[in-house]
Amino acid sequence: MLRIAAEALSVGRGRTVAAGPLDFTLGAGESLVVTGPNGAGKSTLLRTLAGLLHPLGGRVLLEGALAADGENARSIAEVAHYVGHRNAMKPGISVGRNLDFWRRTLRLAADGLTNSDALKAVGLPDLTALPFGYLSAGQQRRASLARLLVAPRDVWVLDEPTAALDADSQLLFGKLMERHLAAGGIVIAATHQPLGLETAKRLNLAKAPDAKLPAPTALDDDELAEAEGWL
Amino acid sequence: MRSLAALYVRDLRLAVSSGGGAMIGVIFFLAVIATVPFGIGPDLNLLSRIGPAILWIGALLSTLLTLDRLFQADRDDGTLDLLIMGQTLMPAVVFVKSAALWTASGLPLVLTAPFLGLFLAMEPDAIAAATLTLFVGTPAITFIGAVGAAVAVALPRGGLLVSVLVLPLAIPVLIFGVSATYGAINDPDPFLPPFLILTALTLFFGTLGPVAAGAALRASAD
Repeated sequence: MLRIAAEALSVGRGRTVAAGPLDFTLGAGESLVVTGPNGAGKSTLLRTLAGLLHPLGGRVLLEGALAADGENARSIAEVAHYVGHRNAMKPGISVGRNLDFWRRTLRLAADGLTNSDALKAVGLPDLTALPFGYLSAGQQRRASLARLLVAPRDVWVLDEPTAALDADSQLLFGKLMERHLAAGGIVIAATHQPLGLETAKRLNLAKAPDAKLPAPTALDDDELAEAEGWL
Repeated sequence: MRSLAALYVRDLRLAVSSGGGAMIGVIFFLAVIATVPFGIGPDLNLLSRIGPAILWIGALLSTLLTLDRLFQADRDDGTLDLLIMGQTLMPAVVFVKSAALWTASGLPLVLTAPFLGLFLAMEPDAIAAATLTLFVGTPAITFIGAVGAAVAVALPRGGLLVSVLVLPLAIPVLIFGVSATYGAINDPDPFLPPFLILTALTLFFGTLGPVAAGAALRASAD
C-alpha cells in the first residue's frame, strides 16, 4: 500500500531552516495542498520531497511503491513526477519529441497515454509536430503537464502547476488530479490558487522565523577590542 | 540504457538544430586557422613546421568555446532537475551528454582538420597524424570541459570561467597531442609513447570527468 510519511521534517537551504519541523502522512488516493505566503518554504519543501535538496532534519518515508527495476523504491524521487516553475521542455524541438524523451526517461512499468491523447487530456489540440517554442505560455505549461500522463508515476509533486493557466484549464487540471487520486496515486501540490482538491489535506506554512542552525555567537566588546589590538 | 540513448539522440538533435551552436566551434576553428598564414607571412617551410601545433591550439580553443552551454541550457529550462532526480546515475548522464557534445562539435573539428591543414602547407602524413591525434585527443578536452561547465552552471556568465578553469587541465592533452603529431613526421622522435599517453589521458578524463561533473551538478541542485 502506497504511503508517504514525513517525520519531524525540516527543510531549508544551506543551514537556514525555511520550514519545519513538519509531520504528515499520506496514503494512496490522498493529496496534500501546501499553502503559505511567499518565502514560507513551499518550493523548498517540494524540492526536498523530490530529492533535490537534503532535509535539514527528520526524514521522509516511502512505502509500497515499485521503482523502475521492480524493487521497492527507497526515495520519492524514484516514483515521482516533479513539476517545478520551469517547463523542462526544449523550445527548439517539437512537442511530440519532447514528450517522447520524457516518456523514455521517466517511464516505470506501465505504459502511458500516447502523445496526442495526453495533449487532448490537458485540453490542447494535436500539436505534436509543432516546435514547443511556438506555443503560448499557457499552452507550454499544459504541454509540459502532459508529461505526467505519458509516463505514469504514483506520486505527483507539483509546484504551482496552474500558474499560467486560465480558469477552464485549471478546472481541467483539477479533474486530472482527481482521476490520478482515484487511481490510487498521491498528489502533493503547492499553490496560491484553488486547485479543486476538496478532499485534500492542508498544510499551511507560516512565514518561518529566520532560524539558523548554529546560532552566531554575539561578540563581546572586550573580545573585539582585544582582537583588534592583536591585529 | 533506453533513457541514455534517448538523451544522446535528443542532445544531438538540439545541437544541430537552429540555435544549437554545434557549428560555432567549426567556424571559429576555420577563422583561427585561416588568419594564421596572414600573420606568419608566406613562409611555407615555417607554416608547415608549426602547422600541427596551430591545428591543435585552434581545436583546443574551439572546443572550449562550445562547452559553456553543455548544462546551462538544461538548467535554465528545468530539465536538469529532472535528470538529477531520475533513476539514471549522474556520471552516466554527464558521459552521454559529453559524448553527444563531442559528436556534434568535436567530431566536425576532426573532420575539417585535413582541409585546414592544407591552409598551413602541411605534408600529407603530417595532416594524417594531426587528424588522428585530434580524433583521439579532443574527447579528453570535452570531458575535462564538462567538469568546468558543471562547476560554472549556477553562474550567470560562466562561459569565460569555464575556459579559465579548463585550460590548465587541458594543457597535458595539448602537449602530448602535438608531440605525437611531430613524432609521426620527424624521424628520430617517437610517435607511439606520446600517442599512447594521449589515449590514456582520454580514458582517464572520460572516467574521472563525468564523476566529478555529476557531483558538481548534484551540489548545484539547490
